[in-house]
Amino acid sequence: MKMHQKVSKKRIGYVYVVRCLMIISTLLTCSLVIFLIGYVLVKGLPNITWELLSTKPSYITGKIGILPDILNTVYIIIATLCFVLPIGVGAAIYLSEYAKNKKIVAMIEYAAEILSGIPSIIFGLVGMLFFCQFLNMKTSLLAGALTLVIMNLPTIMRTTQESLKTVPQSDREGALGLGAGKWRMIRTVVLPSCIDGILTGCILSVGRILGESAALLFTAGFAHTIHGFLSGLMNSGSTLTVALYFYAKENGEFEIAFAIAAILMILTLIINVGVTLIQRYYKKRRTL
Amino acid sequence: MKNIITVNDLCLWYGNHQALHHIHMDIPKNSVTAFIGPSGCGKSTFLKTLNRMNDLIDDVKITGEVRYNNQDIFSPSVDVNMLRKEIGMVFQKPNPFPMSIYDNVAYGPRTHGIKNKVKLDEIVEKSLKDAAIWEEVKDRLHKSAMSLSGGQQQRLCIARALAVEPKVLLMDEPTSALDPISTAKIEELVTVLKEQYTIIIVTHNMQQAARISDQTAFFLLGELVELDSTKRLFSQPKEKRTEDYITGRFG
Amino acid sequence: MNGRKHLVEKIMHGIFFILGFVTVACVLLITIYLIISGIPAIQKIGFFEFIFGQEWKSTSDVAKYGILPFILTSIYGTAGAIVIGVPIGFFTAVYLAKMAPKKIKSGATAAIGLLAGIPSVVYGLVGMMILVPGICEWFHLSDGASLFAAIIVLAIMILPSIINVSITALEAVPKEYEDASLALGATPEETWFKVSIPAAKSGIAAAVVLGVGRAIGEAMAVMMVSGNAPNMPSLFESVRFLTTAIASEMSYSSGLQQQALFSIALILFFFIMFMNAILNYFLKRGKER
Repeated sequence: MKMHQKVSKKRIGYVYVVRCLMIISTLLTCSLVIFLIGYVLVKGLPNITWELLSTKPSYITGKIGILPDILNTVYIIIATLCFVLPIGVGAAIYLSEYAKNKKIVAMIEYAAEILSGIPSIIFGLVGMLFFCQFLNMKTSLLAGALTLVIMNLPTIMRTTQESLKTVPQSDREGALGLGAGKWRMIRTVVLPSCIDGILTGCILSVGRILGESAALLFTAGFAHTIHGFLSGLMNSGSTLTVALYFYAKENGEFEIAFAIAAILMILTLIINVGVTLIQRYYKKRRTL
Repeated sequence: MKNIITVNDLCLWYGNHQALHHIHMDIPKNSVTAFIGPSGCGKSTFLKTLNRMNDLIDDVKITGEVRYNNQDIFSPSVDVNMLRKEIGMVFQKPNPFPMSIYDNVAYGPRTHGIKNKVKLDEIVEKSLKDAAIWEEVKDRLHKSAMSLSGGQQQRLCIARALAVEPKVLLMDEPTSALDPISTAKIEELVTVLKEQYTIIIVTHNMQQAARISDQTAFFLLGELVELDSTKRLFSQPKEKRTEDYITGRFG
Repeated sequence: MNGRKHLVEKIMHGIFFILGFVTVACVLLITIYLIISGIPAIQKIGFFEFIFGQEWKSTSDVAKYGILPFILTSIYGTAGAIVIGVPIGFFTAVYLAKMAPKKIKSGATAAIGLLAGIPSVVYGLVGMMILVPGICEWFHLSDGASLFAAIIVLAIMILPSIINVSITALEAVPKEYEDASLALGATPEETWFKVSIPAAKSGIAAAVVLGVGRAIGEAMAVMMVSGNAPNMPSLFESVRFLTTAIASEMSYSSGLQQQALFSIALILFFFIMFMNAILNYFLKRGKER
């Protein structure tokens, strides 16, 4: 009887080859991730000392501290978010609540798409020309932050837009039906329910800012001095990634570089877990 | 008449939910068997058990026996791919692949190892003719199958199923997504096909069952309530529940 | 509705309108700035000499500004990364989208998300410490910093984009297609590769194009492993990409040299816009289905 025949050897061979390729590729990808994390942590963690984290580099003692770089990173994250959040969320609200003309929506979305495809080195270059030179900000954290604002705009817009889509139309109509104006409706109904999108966007942006280097090289510079928040923004300063680059490539201080890499790796881990948790939390709350 | 499929005491569970209860059934060769019953009665589940398409769903447990040509289809020595080649299937929604008409029909034979172009051409032509769609598509075999109308797509799917030379054709509500004219064409086709194939058709439409089938099985809540020749089942049902259903008292 | 409320509504509408157009303004700003600052050097050097010149000697007495080495390096580097990264990413995506048990899938997806989040300087650092000395030893070279090292790093860096976009495309394939194929007696593997993948080909093509965009645009990681000498590209030779050409000289350049760097950025921008257009084409085609 035919059904007791086996599939031809050639087909069985095909099945096994394909299956092997798939499993090997997946194993390769996953072990690569594990290796990268393990290698960086093993090489970096032993070099993280309190002294490293709490001092600035000193030519007198010849020791290197990364406190200024940590502060700069924090400053630039805060400054970037301060600008990008209102703009990105506002743009998303405009697209989903106000814009009626489909061509305008398509144009803005296309612009956001283009922005998200532009390499960071180009952002850095234009940031340098526009913010540092044309607006005369010099090489400063603020110029770096503004450059990062443009880079992160699409991220915030997209995550906000996505969560705006999940706000039921009936909620909006309900508020408008009660005589609330559009702005009041947005404030009371739309904004509170897209918090998760904004939050996700924030964390993703923090991740991107943390990892960014090419765009900051010529806009934020690479000084290692300690400043307060406001004076820090006006001065040149290197973030952790830029510092990593310089310690590794220019100075050959690989221990410091690995220590920074380990810190960045841990932060990346935290950010990834954070995004997953937020999305899971809000998904659950939505379905309740 | 010889029975091509015999089902003995078949039960099926999705997790803890029992979807089929102790089904016994004989299906004679070269006949049309219709499965009727309200939605969720298990008729589609049962149909998919016959070519083991239910294997694909996690957490399905099956007991009992299905014999095809007197061989147990659940026996470990059976190759499920070869079984499905013997027992073909046509789905509710026309689902041609997003390829050309020719490639759709040639997909099965190619999969089973036929590479010869002349042979493939022959198979494609014969299958399309058997499915009564050859005249409509012979000039555009290499156009996308998605350009066909819904009814044509469904006949193409029948041709695709015929191309691997099955003995049995399972049809899961093949006309429910189609207009009346396309439906009539497919019904006509079924009555012709039964000369070469054994056909089992799930249908929502009792008139359809009455028009095209030789025997009809009535399912309710996972049970096979009654199986009889179509004429008898519709004129003098033995079971009260069958009578209630065919006279439209529920369902 | 009273007058004040009406006014507030109008103002808010205006504000949101402006915020919506910030993105468009940014794109225009970038485009205009790149064109304005990129054109002069090309005019001075001459278009053909700039694009097809094989020598880049920006600091010598008779400066030469030919960026063919950079263009070719970027193209070869990207092509190499695609050749290595796409098959691995593609098979991983098929496994995760179609075959993997739920637990493995969610674990692997998290790992791949992490791969996407690792800063490029960290890739560069690990590449510097492992790949460069490794290549040096394996192939008996005097220096391992080479196009080959950059290709490997890029291949790893584009994996997440390729995998994620391909998974999305594969998961969007209607189950009916796969059922039909299985019912014809095809094995699951045959079904995925002969039905699901052809049906998802627009999305997979988009994944590849996205990977190309990422690879062309990457600067820092490549800078750390590629040696950075303006040679014509060769696998085991120190090379310079379009991106690294900008990054490596920008901090100390001035005059025509700096203008030439802007021109390189303009060329890079054109490459990216071209990739964007292709990407859009594939995504749209995928949607029309």
